[in-house]
Parts: sequence; structure tokens; C-alpha cells
Amino acid sequence: MHPVRKRRLIGVIVIVVGVGIAAAITMWSLSQNMLYFITPSDVQAQELPPGRAFRLGGLVEDGSVSRADDGLQVTFTITDGAAMVPVRFDGILPDLFREGQGVITRGALGADGVFTATEVLAKHDENYMPPEVAEALREAGHPMGGTADEGDGSD
Amino acid sequence: MSRLKRLFHQFGSPPWFYRFSGKLVPWLWVAFALLAAWGLYRGLVVAPADYQQGESVRIMYIHVPSAWMSWMVYAVMAGFGICALVWRVRVAEILMISSAPVGAAFTLVTLVSGSLWGRPTWGTYWVWDARLTSELVLLFLYLGVIGLYNAFDEPRKAARAASLLAIVGLVNLPIIHYSVNWWNTLHQPASIGLDGSSIHPSMLWPLLIMAAATKFYYGACLLTRARNRLLEQDRGKRWAREALAEGGR
Repeated sequence: MHPVRKRRLIGVIVIVVGVGIAAAITMWSLSQNMLYFITPSDVQAQELPPGRAFRLGGLVEDGSVSRADDGLQVTFTITDGAAMVPVRFDGILPDLFREGQGVITRGALGADGVFTATEVLAKHDENYMPPEVAEALREAGHPMGGTADEGDGSD
Repeated sequence: MSRLKRLFHQFGSPPWFYRFSGKLVPWLWVAFALLAAWGLYRGLVVAPADYQQGESVRIMYIHVPSAWMSWMVYAVMAGFGICALVWRVRVAEILMISSAPVGAAFTLVTLVSGSLWGRPTWGTYWVWDARLTSELVLLFLYLGVIGLYNAFDEPRKAARAASLLAIVGLVNLPIIHYSVNWWNTLHQPASIGLDGSSIHPSMLWPLLIMAAATKFYYGACLLTRARNRLLEQDRGKRWAREALAEGGR
């Protein structure tokens, strides 16, 4: 290779590697701030002060959803398998909200240890299948996130 | 001189590139049209609704191929950028800058279709999670490359500056791809990997056909744009006048 071109190529490689290292260091130091949500285990480990806003994500515990007789208020428990946090929410839930389904909520812990959510988003997983296949899988006893015909237990 | 090296030099010659790509372009458009028609029919009509998302799953057949293309076009653009910077090949410069609007369009389609899918599925049009934010940064990188190129009067200087920005922006590609694994995000992790797919075959096939269709679209669009730009830059030269006299073939 011509020496001038070689020098240019080395220059390009140095730029790519340099920018890559700079980005990696930035990502590393920001990694805690890049998390969109934290899990119930994080909540337990970190002892977050009441009233501080954060996002809490995990699965809706099976059988934990209960709705108020009047109004929109709903309470449920978010779990990540190791720890759980009770949640209270007053508003309209997304269509995909079900027991066993992943959700991300935004709000703050109250003094009573209940997380008061101002927003609930449903997290979708990476599985795509027709309803008949999901039904067949469920009958065969495969554990899955909520299925289409499974209500939230109260309506 | 080896055959590979000769091919490389041939591609670097504007008249040769113009003639060769002119023969290729109609076939690329035909392949795109056939594959897109087949893929859209399979995806929008034949494929079943999803067990959770219902009919809105069909947005995937547009969203996912566009997202793949938004990353691939960027990588190809930066590759042409390296050829332009190191070897100063003018055709590579033109292919680099001609890729940018196509990639930007794919990125925009990805963001808009994802947003329309997010509303019924997640309950929101937009969140600032790592995947969505890094894909938005990709759109700004494409726009930055186009803007920087247009800020210069001299096209060869413009191409070198824009190539440098494209190469620096390469660092964003692994960030977008791994964002869903490195951090907690609202966006789900990849469904298709080296170890298989978690998409049912009845839904996977239309997706793969659409992925192939978008590749031909990029090829056709890129070569059409590059040919026009080449002709415009060389309009005073003899080969370009001859090509125009033959009706632009």
C-alpha cells in the first residue's frame, strides 16, 4: 500500500478506536443513569427515600390485581422473582396490562411502603405467535406471560 | 494486477460505474417491487394476528426491516466514507453521500412506525429509553452528514468532511444494537439472533421477505441517486455529454 494511503488508513483506525474507547468510558460511568427503570430487588437494596420519583419495572404478580368498586383505582404487586413492591395506580391501564405481564411504572414510594404510580406502561416481550399457538403452548404447560383470554381477575 | 484490484479500479472510474449501474438499476427496482408486493401481502393479509398485540403486530413488517436497514445503510455509508478518506475514490464519495438520505428515511420510518406501535402496545408514543434515544441519535447523525456535506461549496472537500463524521458516528451502531441488553429499556430485546428466533414461522417469513425487499430498495435508490449526482458533477466532461446524448443510459 502507498505510504500516504497507509497513513490515512491508520488515521481512520485511530479515530474509530479512540471514539470507541471514549464512548465506552462514558457509557460505563453513566450506566446507572441509562437504566430506564429499576427492579424491586434494587428498591430493596437501595432503601430509596419516600417521595423520590423513579421508574419501577417487573412482572405483575399473579392474583395480585384488585380494583376499587368505584373509580379507576387499582392495586397490584410488581415482582422480579426475588423481591416485590405493592403498587397503587389511579388511571387507565394499557391494553396489554395483565397478571404475569411485564410493566414499567413511574411514581414514588409512600411512607407506608406502597409505590404510588402516576403512569403505567406495558412491556412487550420478544415472543410473537398466533393465538392458537399460544393456546397450545399454554395447554402443554409452558409458562408464558399473560395470554389473550386471561382477564385481570376482576372484570 | 489481480482481478479484485482491477474490479476496484473499474468501480472507481465514473464512466464505467455509470454504465454498469445503469444496467443494474431496473433489475433492482423490479426485484424490490416483486418482493415488497409478496412480503406485504403475506404480512398484511396472510399472516395471523398476534396472541397479545392483535392486529397491530403487522406494523412489525415495516418497522423491523426499516430498523435493520437504518443500521446497515449507516455501516455501508461509513464503509464508503473510509474508501473516500483513505483512497480518495470519487465514486466512493458519491456513494457515501447518496446513502445518507436513504438511511435517514429508513430511520424516520423506524421511529414513526415504532411510535404508532408503542401507543397501543406500551401505552405511550415515546419514552426516552436507551434504544429509542440511540435510534433518534442515528437520525441526527444522518442529518448531520447531509448538512455538513451541503455546508461546503467544493464537493470533494465536502465528501471528506462528511465521511469523517460518518466514521465517528459508527460508534453509535453497537450502542443501538446492544442497548436492549446492556440496560433496562422499555423496548424488548431482539427476537431474532444467531441461535434462532422467537417469532412464529408464519410471521417470520413475511418479515424476512420484507427485509430482502428493503435491501433491493436501498440498492436501487442508492445507484439512482449516485448516477444523477455523478452526471451533475461531470456535466462538462465528454463521457457525461455522450451519456446524456444517449438518453442518460
